[in-house]
Amino acid sequence: MELTMWTYEGPPHVGAMRIATGMKGVHYVLHAPQGDTYADLLFTMIERRDVRPPVTYTTFQARDLGSDTAELFQQAVRDAHERFQPDLMLVGSSCTAELIQDDPGGLASALRLPIPVVPLELPSYSKKENWGAAETLYQLVRGVVSAQPQSETMPAQDAGPAPQPTCNILGPTALGFRHRDDVTEITRLLGKMGVAINVVAPLDATVADIARIPQADFNVVLYSEIGRTTAAWLKRAFNQPFTSTIPMGVGATRDFVREVAELTGVQPNIAELERDLRLPWYARSVDSNYLTGKRVFIFGDGTHAVGAARIAADEFGFQVVGLGTYARECAREVRDAAKTYGVEPLITDDYLAVEDAITNLQPELVLGTQMERHIAKRHGISCAVISAPVHVQDFPARYAPQMGFEGANVIFDTWVHPLMMGLEEHLLTMFRDDFEFNESTLPSHLHAHAAGHADRPADTSQAPLELEANAASADALITVSWSDDAESELKRIPFFVRGKARRNTESFARMQGVELITVETLYDAKAHFGR
Amino acid sequence: MTASETQAQAAPNAPNMKGCSKPSDRDVLKQRGQREVFCGLTSIVWLHRKIPDAFFLIVGSRTCAHLMQSAAGVMIFAEPRFATAIIGEKDLAGLADVNEELDRVVGRLLERRPEIRMLFLVGSCPSEVIKLDLHRAAQRLNQSHMPAVRVVNYTGSGIETTFTQGEDSCLAALVPHLPVADAQAPSSLLVVGALPDIVEEQFRRIFSELGISRFDFLPPRRSTELPAVGPSTRVLLAQPFLGETLIALTKRGAQHVFAPFPLGAEGSAQWFEAAATAMGGSELEARNVLARYRSRADRSLSRYREILQDKTLFFFPDSQLEIPLARFLSRELNVKLTEVGTPYLNRQILARELDLLTPDVVLSEGQDVDRQLDRCRAANPDIVVCGLGLANPLEAEGIATKWSIELLFSPIHGFEQAGDLAELFVRPLVRRQALKV
Repeated sequence: MELTMWTYEGPPHVGAMRIATGMKGVHYVLHAPQGDTYADLLFTMIERRDVRPPVTYTTFQARDLGSDTAELFQQAVRDAHERFQPDLMLVGSSCTAELIQDDPGGLASALRLPIPVVPLELPSYSKKENWGAAETLYQLVRGVVSAQPQSETMPAQDAGPAPQPTCNILGPTALGFRHRDDVTEITRLLGKMGVAINVVAPLDATVADIARIPQADFNVVLYSEIGRTTAAWLKRAFNQPFTSTIPMGVGATRDFVREVAELTGVQPNIAELERDLRLPWYARSVDSNYLTGKRVFIFGDGTHAVGAARIAADEFGFQVVGLGTYARECAREVRDAAKTYGVEPLITDDYLAVEDAITNLQPELVLGTQMERHIAKRHGISCAVISAPVHVQDFPARYAPQMGFEGANVIFDTWVHPLMMGLEEHLLTMFRDDFEFNESTLPSHLHAHAAGHADRPADTSQAPLELEANAASADALITVSWSDDAESELKRIPFFVRGKARRNTESFARMQGVELITVETLYDAKAHFGR
Repeated sequence: MTASETQAQAAPNAPNMKGCSKPSDRDVLKQRGQREVFCGLTSIVWLHRKIPDAFFLIVGSRTCAHLMQSAAGVMIFAEPRFATAIIGEKDLAGLADVNEELDRVVGRLLERRPEIRMLFLVGSCPSEVIKLDLHRAAQRLNQSHMPAVRVVNYTGSGIETTFTQGEDSCLAALVPHLPVADAQAPSSLLVVGALPDIVEEQFRRIFSELGISRFDFLPPRRSTELPAVGPSTRVLLAQPFLGETLIALTKRGAQHVFAPFPLGAEGSAQWFEAAATAMGGSELEARNVLARYRSRADRSLSRYREILQDKTLFFFPDSQLEIPLARFLSRELNVKLTEVGTPYLNRQILARELDLLTPDVVLSEGQDVDRQLDRCRAANPDIVVCGLGLANPLEAEGIATKWSIELLFSPIHGFEQAGDLAELFVRPLVRRQALKV
């Protein structure tokens, strides 16, 4: 039994949902109690998807446990098939259904649906979200590809000149940290190199696309946590090689280009590929001097933590003072990287242990997940988010990849933004003794919420219906005062609207010729102005 | 038509609800299918704010922990006053004695949080299915932690509770711990249901004006100040989802005061009137005292009435607040109700509310979300009240939505909040008009 406040990863069936939701024509029937449907909001609220995830939950209740939950599951499969007409169905259990042992795979196959049904066995009490995603992708690809006749899985053998090399991109999912834009960026990069994309999976792939995966010359694994299991199987089954470099940052992207060139024999025009790359010059420009030796703490999934460490050390000139991951699957890579930077690796999914590490190290910048963002905020340390777990703000409206050369540009901006700007730091030192420029002054471009205000809600606007009182009205001459009762009532109003409530009430009192504001006046004003 | 359906009197797409004689035995559409609702654990999000010296320890799975942080939206607290003891493989395989493990986890937790006075052990779907006896665990833990900390158990599992029923289950579990009221004691009022502090303060003032001096709130703000209960207690529910708690209180001799719920000007007025008469006051005097509040609430509603007048509205089931809200919207703001879905319909507690709803209003209980969405699309209402999983997809289809969870997180009860409550429904409409993209 493990005590936890917050968790870095969801249960493994959420990983399976990320695969199903990322794809087209796939439906997932999940044997689960009511309440587990909360997972829908990860996709509709956090990722702002405009359709419901393609998931049907059996939502069994206590009274069903005494009767036939197996029949309930079969009914849900039949109904989902009839209503959604998917090309393929995934079936499995959530943590509670795992305990009642209904065998969703067997029950579904007994229905003899006219479509492929892939049973998922995702042990909820020992595995987590990323593992669930990796396993689901593997089972799905293996199931679909193995069902194809051999001739259709092999590349078409055209006579004539050597065809353009092709690859698949494996790993991007729904709810992934910048996956959407990474796919665009890497597709563009490979295109400029003369490599065509055969299939991207699972993001936006159809079942027919999955069947075509073996036709490519090689695989690009973009997120090891999710894509590597599948890539390793494809290598064994079809002798399809896969890339081992994650193209994150300038150096790693250059290595990736080299690796692809070696695999395919293409000869890329490096200058053309790097035409819009600005990070190297920005890092060398004098304004960036202040970045030198900044102490950074890095924590995230394996892919992003290792990638970020290399960028921090080699491309920003930071000092990596801590490096860790919550993904035990990637522990080896993170340990190796930690050795490079001479730090102790932190392999844990205990949020409090990460907080302790940050407290002890007192870094100047934290590169982490949404969890570390909260820790950093409380400690008044600058922070940029580099990895899942994600929040709604990690799905920006603009194009913001993390991978490839444009990704490097984006990362430069993202990591520098929370820091004090170069010139500003000098000014602060110069005017250190001036009362306006004390050391606790925050950078001018950041909101003035220091540590201790971590519980301030992000959205303080109640915009559309506000009727602002006209403070500059002529009767401002009447002085009004507050009774003790009214004053203490005012304090009970949430702080972020309190200022306006005070202004409105005073203005209302003046309008009415009331000199002493009572609780009555407060609420009369509230009724007058609306909220 | 599917076999899992347990159909009541009406067909799914053409519900015929007219012609029932008494409103409280009106027909209700019942369907069986996927229920797109939260489980009872979610109510910890507001309960832990209400009782600041209590800690909520869920005994469950990673899914429970993930639900809590997703439903809470953002992780705003360093160490929140809730956590999950995640059952692992070893606990299931019997390698570790689950009870010993639980004692260890609780010990560690209480050591870390010495300010905690009450610890709730909250049961979940997995703990219910493996039949982990949290009641015995609480008794055992009390032996070592009382009187510093009182340990109480209840279930918030999805197989037994829906969303707000978690609060019901929690408060019902507190009832056996309430002190016994003196048999000779004069009658006193017990207001049941977690209310925001500002609402509670307003209610205190109005009770005093009504001449009610003996009143308590459950839950109390401090877990150590539990109100007494006995035959002299008059129970006034502030929330409609507290059926188990009401039963537990009546078993201790308390008397239920029937009233509509204090939502809107009319609902608040009738609720306070019921309180006054139950406590021996006269209805006329109460009305006089309340007139001022009621007219102010009416004034605050008028501007919103113009916008909501004749708008059509569809409720998906969520909090059990749907029926009182529907009554408020239809009677005070002239909203046309397309369908009022509720996860569970307690006809006893809602008797006064159902009396106020016209018989033509379509009620549905339980859910088959896919078929309910079909009905909703066919009805094409002006506003849909629904959970977070459905809101953006419906918006993308061109239907304005109000997240139902906001009705639990915002102060909406009482006279002074009537306008705010109306504004919650107005905002999505005003926003749509404001946007030119």
